[in-house]
Amino acid sequence: MVDTIRVEKGVTASAPPPPRKRRWRRGWLPYVLLIPAVLLELLIHIIPMLAGVGISFLQLTELYLSNWRAAPFAGFSNYALVVNFNGAIGQALLHSFVVTILYTAIVLAVSWTFGMAAAVFTQRAFRGRGVIRTIFLIPYALPVFASVITWNFMLQRDTGVVNQLLLDVHLIHSRAFWLIGQNSFYSLVVVAIWRSWPFAFLILTAGMQSIPTDLYEAAAIDGSGAIGQVRHVTLPLLRPVNRVLLLVLFLWTFNDFTVPFTLFGSAPPTQADIISIHIYENSFVSWNFGTGSAMSVLLLLFLLVVTVIYLAVGRRGERHA
Amino acid sequence: MRPTKLSTLALAAALVAAPLAACGSSGSSSSSSTSHATLTYWATNQGTSLQDDLNVLGPQITKFTKATGIKVNVQVIPWTTVLNQITAATVSGKGPDVLNIGNTWSPSLQATGALVQFTPSVMGQIGGSSRFLTGSLSATGAPGKAPTAVPLYSLAYALYYNKAQFAAAGISSPPTTWAELIADGVKLKKGGHWPLAIEGGSVAENIHMAFELSEQQGGQFFDSSGKPTFNTPQNVAAVKQMMNFIQTDKLTNPSDAQYSKGTEALVDYATGKTSMVIWQAASGSLKQLGMNAADIGVAPVPLPSPVPAGGKPITSMVAGINMAIFKNTKNMSAALQFVKFMTSTPEQESLNSTYGSLPTVSAAYADPAFHTPAVTTFRSILSSSAAPMPPVPQESAFETAVGTAIIHLYADAATGKAVTDSMIAQALTQAQAQLGG
Repeated sequence: MVDTIRVEKGVTASAPPPPRKRRWRRGWLPYVLLIPAVLLELLIHIIPMLAGVGISFLQLTELYLSNWRAAPFAGFSNYALVVNFNGAIGQALLHSFVVTILYTAIVLAVSWTFGMAAAVFTQRAFRGRGVIRTIFLIPYALPVFASVITWNFMLQRDTGVVNQLLLDVHLIHSRAFWLIGQNSFYSLVVVAIWRSWPFAFLILTAGMQSIPTDLYEAAAIDGSGAIGQVRHVTLPLLRPVNRVLLLVLFLWTFNDFTVPFTLFGSAPPTQADIISIHIYENSFVSWNFGTGSAMSVLLLLFLLVVTVIYLAVGRRGERHA
Repeated sequence: MRPTKLSTLALAAALVAAPLAACGSSGSSSSSSTSHATLTYWATNQGTSLQDDLNVLGPQITKFTKATGIKVNVQVIPWTTVLNQITAATVSGKGPDVLNIGNTWSPSLQATGALVQFTPSVMGQIGGSSRFLTGSLSATGAPGKAPTAVPLYSLAYALYYNKAQFAAAGISSPPTTWAELIADGVKLKKGGHWPLAIEGGSVAENIHMAFELSEQQGGQFFDSSGKPTFNTPQNVAAVKQMMNFIQTDKLTNPSDAQYSKGTEALVDYATGKTSMVIWQAASGSLKQLGMNAADIGVAPVPLPSPVPAGGKPITSMVAGINMAIFKNTKNMSAALQFVKFMTSTPEQESLNSTYGSLPTVSAAYADPAFHTPAVTTFRSILSSSAAPMPPVPQESAFETAVGTAIIHLYADAATGKAVTDSMIAQALTQAQAQLGG
């Protein structure tokens, strides 16, 4: 007993104190290395975001475009205008919001289901699995503009291959419009799913790599079939992956600009008036960037609230699990 | 070797400085010496494609560079994005040195303060304002203010009709009233052939036609004090007439509601798919598209018969392209030289005869190229039955808001939803709300 204490004391006493210089360097080096990232983050995200918030309080019209610092302060009048759902602008914003929620919900549900099904299908090794995985990933690997403009050609009424195909198999009897009218919403949903399900597939496949195979074996011994194994092994173990995946897919789909803009141009049909384009259009139509910014800030707040609630609920669920 | 404190600091500094330096470098040209300057020029799409414009402008620019040593980097901007790009350039202060603008946007862009004012002394440097036609010069800014652009190409709308198809249908002359146009259309329509093409997805084409038809009905989109008055019975009637081309007259293929590139309806006319199109002077494009010159007929746009009380016999808006200098240019002197070159008599003759538009300087009309029957018709339309779009700062917002509303109404008509007066009235009210009033 005594010996032990003596030894411990000896160790403590004999350990040389770290050189002050090195301790100092270890202290500041990480921060210096962080500076570029922090500056870029400020430059690319934080400052433009704050500028947007600032603009939402200004009456920034065409008269002040070249000297926007001189634009008069508008208080909350821009916000009052866009949330007045009895007025034309507020009504249109609300309509666009509802369309976007519906669009996001469908795209999210279908993309995740497709991604999950494909990931489970390619989980076990079989001949040609690599080729199939590659084919699945093609929509995600293609440049957005190039692929969506191809959809635009395919969905044309008179010259598009979609109408031709549907006519040939007698599913329709006269050429339908796919890029205007009610069908435009379904077109957008299909193209967005086509774009985003491979991402769900990719992430879920990666997540499944970390599930030990012996768990499946154990489940099989316990009498679980294929569906039971997915329910009792795959899904619970993918929970952390799914939590992030669904959030990211939600944010991407909700905010998506490129797909609808490429598909419909600058005047999207009312039935597919996605909120990001709606805001863009509002800013550039009226040249009142204050109103557009107020809409953007409200959208940002909405997404923040959704994200925070989602993460909080997810964390509580995890704790109870 | 362990990195020293100094080298770590240097690395960190370099990492920080690189992106900042990249941000600081301007995209625009910055040479101060005129002869070595490089100008950035945003040209609008006047030909059949962006490439066509580059082909037309290229040799002229080479001529200019040879004479002055000033290089010009031409970028042709499609009509769908040009206004947004100008707006973005105005806000950021980073844009081209010289740019083309739709002449109807002149009062709006003048109000932004982003363009150089052509005061008498600046005008003097490009040869003075007396060279230009008065009509063209009137659409370069709000009345009573120094213009912020000079006219480059002058244009007007007319009814283009296919003479061969008209003759085959037993029609001897172009329609002068809308009733005649509909009657002719019935004779011309057969099988998959539609009589009239429209560019229903184009903001610009929609708003121009709505304006012209509203003038014929005696309507106005802004009152004398400059306040918007979109939802009036006359304006509703004008838009309804446009919808009826698809929904009741059935002269127009519903697919035209999707035409938005600004060339598709013209291509249908040029290739004989339709017999008529209401378009701005386009002989250059029609030639390029391979249309037989003998088949091209040009007549003023029809009028209602009788013209309703208060209605005006207007068949076109005063159309055209203006050239402006961006205020933030670092090459003011070179930019002025370029504007002077583009509005010089030989350039006006060459460019306008290629595009089929009309020169904006009077001296160019000595050229026999501008004495063809088509050009004579356009000159007479411009001098006797053309009205300028409302010269208010909100003009461009008005064009986009109402033009977009009409796109949606056309989409309804095309997809089989009956467009009623009350739907049009509601759309016009909503468009006016976007302007904040």
